[in-house]
Amino acid sequence: MLELQHVSYRVREDQEDLTIIDDLDLTVEDGKFLVVTGPNGGGKSTLARLIMGIRPVTGGKILLNGEDITHLSVTERARRGISFAFQQPVRFKGIRVIDLLRLAVGHPVSVAVACGYLSRVGLCAKDYIYREVNDSLSGGELKRIEIATVLARGTACSLFDEPEAGIDIWSFQNLIKVFESIRETSRGTVMIISHQERILSIADEIVVIDGGKVVRQGPRDEVLPEILGTSSAQNAACSRLEQEG
Amino acid sequence: MLDAIQRQLLEEIAGLHKVPEGAYNIRANGATDSRKTTAHIDIVSKTDKSGIDIRIQDGTRGESVHIPVVLSESGLSETVYNDFYIGRDCDVTIVAGCGISNCGKQDSEHDGVHRFFIGENSRVRYVEKHYGTGDGEGKRILNPVTEVYQEKNSYAELEMTQIKGVDSTVRTTVAELAEGAQLIVKEALMTHGSQKAASIYTVHLNGEGSRTDVVSRSVARGDSAQSFEAAVIGNTRCRGHAECDAIIMDRARVIAVPRLEANHVDAQLIHEAAIGKIAGEQLIKLMSLGLTEAEAEEQIISGFLR
Repeated sequence: MLELQHVSYRVREDQEDLTIIDDLDLTVEDGKFLVVTGPNGGGKSTLARLIMGIRPVTGGKILLNGEDITHLSVTERARRGISFAFQQPVRFKGIRVIDLLRLAVGHPVSVAVACGYLSRVGLCAKDYIYREVNDSLSGGELKRIEIATVLARGTACSLFDEPEAGIDIWSFQNLIKVFESIRETSRGTVMIISHQERILSIADEIVVIDGGKVVRQGPRDEVLPEILGTSSAQNAACSRLEQEG
Repeated sequence: MLDAIQRQLLEEIAGLHKVPEGAYNIRANGATDSRKTTAHIDIVSKTDKSGIDIRIQDGTRGESVHIPVVLSESGLSETVYNDFYIGRDCDVTIVAGCGISNCGKQDSEHDGVHRFFIGENSRVRYVEKHYGTGDGEGKRILNPVTEVYQEKNSYAELEMTQIKGVDSTVRTTVAELAEGAQLIVKEALMTHGSQKAASIYTVHLNGEGSRTDVVSRSVARGDSAQSFEAAVIGNTRCRGHAECDAIIMDRARVIAVPRLEANHVDAQLIHEAAIGKIAGEQLIKLMSLGLTEAEAEEQIISGFLR
């Protein structure tokens, strides 16, 4: 179980104190498929980064299975079973897809096993396994490889920060299929930051964050109808048209 | 016979555990240790100065030549001239390299001057690895000079690596390419401590349709200093690309000096240079996979220098 108790994150920017996360409480039960949504700038991505330890909380506690992990490093949290898929996956010159997957698994694995993770995210493994994770990969390819590294870790708690951000509409359709498959096969807790209706519609539970606080948390069937049509639940095709129009 | 230290050096620079296949010339502490020639590859000692001539017959394909050098005596300083005459229509691999183990107080230095004369339609892959070890006060110094003369439609690929333990190095590479010739250079360099390394490349694209791609990847750590100078000179219709990509760490210094010289309207020349520290996001990504910061750094560096 993942628990956030009175978690705050405040920063000072341009001589102004900003509260990004404000005394936030959240409990995520084991095995839940949770989607966190809410308006832009509401603090969703920051929340995911606080859980992974990429940013330090400025108040409150984070507990994983009862253990206080508030002051643990990213490495220690990773080793205790938290994974994180970046909104903008990092590129590495010289590190190949197979290398990244092996690091994710934590011990040497065969090419066949590594290819299995790529197939799960819909990439033809033989075309990608020896490619470098560098600028030659498209945004959509990189995103799927990022998700594959999280699947390869197979941890109890997986965080995905806006997996739909920065990819084209066709890649998005495939991405939804990937998450539908994760939904069916994953036994761990999955927490996805997303605005997309298609992702919200496969959630067990939806959490709405606004102004750095949880403003709504409940089963999908209750929460989704309330937020449909708002910026918290966008239709991929329509939002794309709005952006372009 | 090689001793244990020399055998270890040999393994580091040439990946050799035992006597290599094909032709070879092993030089240890300033003298030839052993040599083997084949039906197509002859190796002859020079008579006027230190060094060897390697002659590869026309049409030699799928053969290799190993010419490693090991120095394990402190205070040894030598300049060696090795000339490779590669015939037409060959396809060969040449493995060179120098390992210095200096446990003494005096400096040890090996300056190898390698000249390659590559015949028409021949392909040559040249692998050179430099390595230093030993805990003495004496410096380990390597100043390799590589000259490449490529005839029509020949192809040369130079892989030059210096990862560890060389205190001071000036690497000079000069190439001249005839019509349709292609030269690929991949350099990987890492300096640490107070080491100094300079790489100087000059490629003359003299023949129609000649091409070159010079790529240097380097990591500068500690208080080390590196400089990379690449000049690509296009004298006709040709394509040239030079790239210097460096990771800078600690208190190191890196200088990149690009120089493109186009003497013909159809010379297409590009230079790219980037120097920067390891991106914080890269470290965090690998830490989020369970690596410590130091492990993440090592993975990023070893991938970068691959």
